[in-house]
Amino acid sequence: MTTTSDPAPTAGTRMDTGEEIGAMATIRLGVKYSPELREGLGVSLVLAVLASCGQVVVPIAVQQTLDRGLGAPGGPRLDFVLWMGLVAALAIGVTSWASYAMTRRLFTVSERGLATLRAKAFRHVHDLPLLTQNTERRGALVSRVTTDVDQVSQFLVFGGLIFVVSIGQILVATVLMLFYSWQLAAVVWVAFAPLFLSIRWFQKKLSAAYTVVRHQVGVLLGAISEPVVGAAVVRSNGVEDRTQARIDTAIQDWQDAYIHAQKFTVTSFSLGGISAGLANAGVIVIGVLLGFTGDMTPGKVLAFAFLVTLFVGPVQMGTQILTDAQNAISSWRRVLGILETPADLVDPGPDGEQLPRGPVDVRFADVSFAYPGGPPVLREVDLTIDAGTRIAIVGETGSGKSTFAKLLTRLMDPVDGAVLLDGVDVRRIDATSLRRSVVLVPQEGFLFDDTVAANVRYGKLDATEDEIRASAVQLGVDDWLAGLPHGLHTAVGQRGESLSAGERQLVALLRAHLADPDLLVLDEATSAVDPALEMQIGRALERLMQSRTSVTIAHRLSTAEGADEVIVVDKGRVVQRGPHAELVTQAGSVYAGLHASWIAQHSRA
Amino acid sequence: MGEDANLRRTTTLDGFRVLWVAIKREPTIFTVATLGAVLFGVLTVADAWVLGWSTQHVLIPAFDTGEIGAGLLVWVVALFMAVAILRAVGIVARRLGGGIMYYRMQSHTRRGVTRQYLSLPMEWHQRHPTGQLLSNAYSDVEAAWAPIMPLPMALGTIVMMVIAVIQMFVADVVMAMVGLLVFPAVVVANLLYQHYSSPLMTRAQELRAEVSEIAHESFDGAMVVKTLGREVEETDRFRVKVDELRDVNVRAGRIRAIFDPALASLPNLGVLVVLAVGVSRVTSGATEPGAVVTVAYLLTIVAFPIRAIGWLLGEFPRSVVGYRRAQAVLEAQGNMAYGDVELPRGSSGALLQVDGLHYSYDADTPLLRGVDFDVRPGRTVALVGATASGKSTLTSLMTRLVDPDAGEIRIDGHDLKGLRRGELPRDVALVPQTAFMFDDTVRGNVTLGADVPDDEVWSVLRTAQADGFVAALPEGLDTRLGERGTSLSGGQRQRLSLARALVRRPRLLILDDATSAVDPEVEARILASLRDDLDGDDTSAASLLVVAYRKATISLADEVVHLDEGRVVGRGTHAELLASSPSYAQLVNAYETDPAEEGSNR
Repeated sequence: MTTTSDPAPTAGTRMDTGEEIGAMATIRLGVKYSPELREGLGVSLVLAVLASCGQVVVPIAVQQTLDRGLGAPGGPRLDFVLWMGLVAALAIGVTSWASYAMTRRLFTVSERGLATLRAKAFRHVHDLPLLTQNTERRGALVSRVTTDVDQVSQFLVFGGLIFVVSIGQILVATVLMLFYSWQLAAVVWVAFAPLFLSIRWFQKKLSAAYTVVRHQVGVLLGAISEPVVGAAVVRSNGVEDRTQARIDTAIQDWQDAYIHAQKFTVTSFSLGGISAGLANAGVIVIGVLLGFTGDMTPGKVLAFAFLVTLFVGPVQMGTQILTDAQNAISSWRRVLGILETPADLVDPGPDGEQLPRGPVDVRFADVSFAYPGGPPVLREVDLTIDAGTRIAIVGETGSGKSTFAKLLTRLMDPVDGAVLLDGVDVRRIDATSLRRSVVLVPQEGFLFDDTVAANVRYGKLDATEDEIRASAVQLGVDDWLAGLPHGLHTAVGQRGESLSAGERQLVALLRAHLADPDLLVLDEATSAVDPALEMQIGRALERLMQSRTSVTIAHRLSTAEGADEVIVVDKGRVVQRGPHAELVTQAGSVYAGLHASWIAQHSRA
Repeated sequence: MGEDANLRRTTTLDGFRVLWVAIKREPTIFTVATLGAVLFGVLTVADAWVLGWSTQHVLIPAFDTGEIGAGLLVWVVALFMAVAILRAVGIVARRLGGGIMYYRMQSHTRRGVTRQYLSLPMEWHQRHPTGQLLSNAYSDVEAAWAPIMPLPMALGTIVMMVIAVIQMFVADVVMAMVGLLVFPAVVVANLLYQHYSSPLMTRAQELRAEVSEIAHESFDGAMVVKTLGREVEETDRFRVKVDELRDVNVRAGRIRAIFDPALASLPNLGVLVVLAVGVSRVTSGATEPGAVVTVAYLLTIVAFPIRAIGWLLGEFPRSVVGYRRAQAVLEAQGNMAYGDVELPRGSSGALLQVDGLHYSYDADTPLLRGVDFDVRPGRTVALVGATASGKSTLTSLMTRLVDPDAGEIRIDGHDLKGLRRGELPRDVALVPQTAFMFDDTVRGNVTLGADVPDDEVWSVLRTAQADGFVAALPEGLDTRLGERGTSLSGGQRQRLSLARALVRRPRLLILDDATSAVDPEVEARILASLRDDLDGDDTSAASLLVVAYRKATISLADEVVHLDEGRVVGRGTHAELLASSPSYAQLVNAYETDPAEEGSNR
C-alpha cells in the first residue's frame, strides 16, 4: 500500500493516496478507525426495517379498500374502510417513530465516529516525517481532514442511511410482490435487470470522472491563488494576460470535468425511469392476462402498481446514492490513506530510553543519508561532539549541512548508520524525552496566529508571564518585548506576519530558551534584518547557547569564529574539523576558501 | 420577532434576486432545464393518469367481461413507455441543464473575480487578506450559485402540483380538497424544518471554516510542532473544534430525524383520508372507483418532490452571503489608469527620477514625505535605511504597483502614469524580497511565457547562480516546481526570481533585498556576475537600484541614497556618507562589532 520505490533503503515515504483500497475494504478499514460506527448497529438495522415497513402501509390499505371495501359482495363497506384506516394510521405512527429513532442514532453514531477519524488523521499527519508531509500540497492535506471527512459524513448520515433503508424497501417490496404474484414480481425484476446490470459499469465511469474532477479542483485553486498571492510579481512583470489565460484554462477544464461527470450521473438516473415505465406497463398487461386464468383480481393488480412505485423509489434512490458513494468512498480513502501511511519515525514511547538531563554528547556513527530517489546527501559521516561544546557546521549550499541538523533532531532517520545521543541510538529514545532534551530553532521561525506569549509557551506549556519576562531579560530582549504595542499580548498575525522576520526569530529563540534543552540545534537565519536587530539576535543566541551542547548550521563565518570547533562539510563528507584559527591556516582547504570569499565580500565596503 | 421575520423575508427575496441574475445570464440553458423539469412534472402526473385510464378502460372491463382486445394492451404499453421515455428526457434536460448552468455560472463569476484581482491596484490587494480573496473566488462563488441545482426541479414541482390539483378536481372535488390540505401542510412543515435547522447549518459552516484554519496553520507549522514535541497539544486544539462541530451536526440531525418521518407520513395520512372519503362517495354514487385510485396515487407521487422547494429555499442564506461577497470584489473600483506614452526602444540604461514623493498607508502616519533622488543611466544606486523606513514601498512606487499620494516618478523623463499599459514592465524589472513561484516548470517560471531560447535561460540562471541546482533537478528546465515552489529552498526561489528579472533584459533592475535568503558566499558570486552582466560594454549598461543591508551589496553601488523618516537624508558614495553622516555610519556599522568584520577591517 505504500509506494516505496524499491527495496533499497530510502528516507521517506510518500503520502498514501489510499487509491488502492477497494470499496468494501475502505468501509471495513473506516469502521476499524471509527469503532463508534459499529455501536448499536443491530438495533439501528431493526429500526430501519421497521421504518421501511411504513412504506407498504398505504399500498396495502389501497388494495384492501379496493377489494374488500369497494368490491365487497353486497356493495361498498364504509365501516371496514374506516377501521382499516385507523389501523393503517397507527402503523404509520409506529413506523415514523422507528424512522425517527433510527435517523437520530445514525447521526449520533456517524458524527462521533467521524470526529474520532478527523482527530486521528490530524494527529497522524503530525506523526509523519516532514519529508512525507511535504509530498502533498498543503491545501490537499488540509482537505483530507476537513472537506473529505464532511463528504463521508454526508454520505453516512444521508446516503448510507437511505441506502440501507432503500435496500430494505426493495427487499420488502419484492417479498410483498412475490406474495401477491410471483409472475408479476418477475416482470418487475426483468424490467429493472438492465439497470442493475449496468450499475457496475456506471460506477467505474463515475469513479474515473470524479478523479479528474478532484484533480481539476486542485489545479483551479492553484490558478486562483496566483493573482492573489503573486499579485506584485504578476504586475511588475506585466504578465496579467498570461496569468488570466492560465486561470481561464483552469476554469474551463474544471467545468468540463464536472459536466463530464454529471453526464454519467444523469444517464444512470434516467435509466431507472425507463425501467419503471416498462415495469408498470408489464404489470398491467401481464396482470390482465393472468386475470383470465383466474389468478388475479383488479385490486391485486392495482396494489401491484403501487408496489412498483415502492420498488422504483428506493431503486432510484439507491442508484443516486451509489453515485454519491463513489465520491464519498474516495474521500474516505484519502482520509484513511493518511492513517495507512507508515510513520517512518517510530516512537518507542515510554518504553524507550530516557535521556538524563544535562549537556548531551553526540555521536554520528557512519551515517549516510539520501532523499528518496536522490543521490547521497551525507556519506559515512563519523564524528563525536563532546557534551557542552559549541559546534559550528559550515559548508556551501547543498553540502549537506542542513541534513545534518535534521538527523540530529530526528526529523529524519539515517539511511545507514546511527545517530547517538549520550550513547543511545535516537531511534530508541522516547520521543517525549528526545523533544524535551533536543530543540531545533529553524531558519524561519514559524509563529501561530496568536499572541507573543502563546507562541513562546510552545516551548514550555505552563510558563507564567513572569517566567517569560525573566527569560526575555536573560536573553537581553526585554527592551524589544516592552517596545511591542501590547507587550507579551501583542497578536502576531497569521504565520507571525505582523512581526518582522527578525522579530519572529526572537520569539523562536525565547521559545527555545523556555524549553531549556540540553542540546540546542540552530539553523542560522540568513535573511538580513535591520543590523541593530541582527546584533540583538546574535547576543541572544550567545546567551542561549551557554551551558548546553550547541550545534549551529552557520551561514556566517562570524558564527564559526565564535564556536569552540568548526566542522566543515563538503559534498556530503566531513572534510575538516577544528577551531577556526587552525582551519583557516590550512592553505588550499575548503574552509580557507570559504573564509577568503567572506573576507573579500566584506572588505569591499 | 417582527424584525427577525423581516430579515428572513429579505433573505428569501434576495435569494430569488440572485437566481434572477443567473437566469438572465444563462436564459437558454435555464429554459431547457426548466422545460425538462416541467416535462418531468407533467409526465409524473401523467403516469397516474395512465394508471387510472388503464384501470378504467382495460383492467376493470377485462376482469368484468373476461376478454380484452390486443389493441388495448398495445395502447397500455405504448402509453406507459411514451411517458417513461419522455420523462427520462425531462430528467436529462433538467439535471444536466441545471448542472451545466450551475458550473457555467461559477465559471463566469470566477473569470470576473480573477480579472478584478489582476486589474485592481495593489493598494486594494493590501487591504484584503489573502485567505479572504481565495475564498471569494472559490467557495463564495460555489455557495452563491448552489441554488441553481435544485431550481429547475423546484419550478417543475410547482407545475406538477398545479396539474395534480387540477386533475384531482377533475376526478372528484371533495377528494381534491383533501389533497389541497396535504400539499400546503408539506410546504409548511418544510419551512418549519428550514427555520429550526438553518441556524445550526450556519454554525456548522462557521465551525468547518475554523477546523480548516486550525489544520492549515498546524500543518504549516509542522516543523515547530514536531521539534518541540507538541503533537498532543495541537491535536487537542483541533479536537475542541471538531467536537463542537460534531455536536452541532448531531443537533441538526435530531431535528432532521423529527421532520423526515413527519414529512413522509403527511401524504400517507392524506391517502388514508382520501380512501375513507372516496369510499363513502362511491357508496353514495357521487364518484367512481377510478377517481379514488387517481387521487390516492397523485398524492403519493407528488408529495416527495415538494421537498425540492424546501431544498431550494434552504440554500438561500448561504447563497446570498456568497453572492454578496463575490459581488463586493466584482464591484470594487480603482482600476489603474494608463496613458499612451511609449518608451523609446533601446538597450541603454534607463534614467529614473523620483521627485517630491509622498505616500502613506494611513493618513496619520505618512511613510514617505518628499523623497527626491535619481538613478542616472548605467549607474548603480543603493537604497539604505532602517527597517520600516519605506524602502520596499519605494520599490512598489517605482514599478507602479501603487501610485504616490503626491510627487512624480519619471522614467527617461516620462511620468509613469502617462505610460501605456505594459510599457513599464518591459523596461523595469523588480526582484522582490519574497520570491513568488508559479505552479509551472523552471523554464516557465523564468520566461513567464516569453519565447526565450534555452541557452539564454541557462545564461541568466548562471548569472543568478541558479544553474547548478537547476541542472541537478530531475528534469532540468522542465521540472515542475509545484505549488508556490515549495520543493525549493528560499534561497533557490530568490535566485530563480532574479533570473526571471534578468531574462527580460531590463533597462532598470530593482533588487528589493532580493538575496536575503541566499548564503553570503553565493550572494557574493551573484553580485559579481550581475555586475559583469549588467555592465556589458559601457554604452549598454543597465541601471541598477538595490535595497540593501549588507555592506557587500552596498559596496556594489556607485552611489548610496540614505532614507530616514520618509526623506532622503544623505546621498553620496559609501565612504562619503560614512564620513559625513553619523546616523548612516551608525546604521551600517552595526556590523562593525561583528568579529568577522573586525577581522576584515584590520
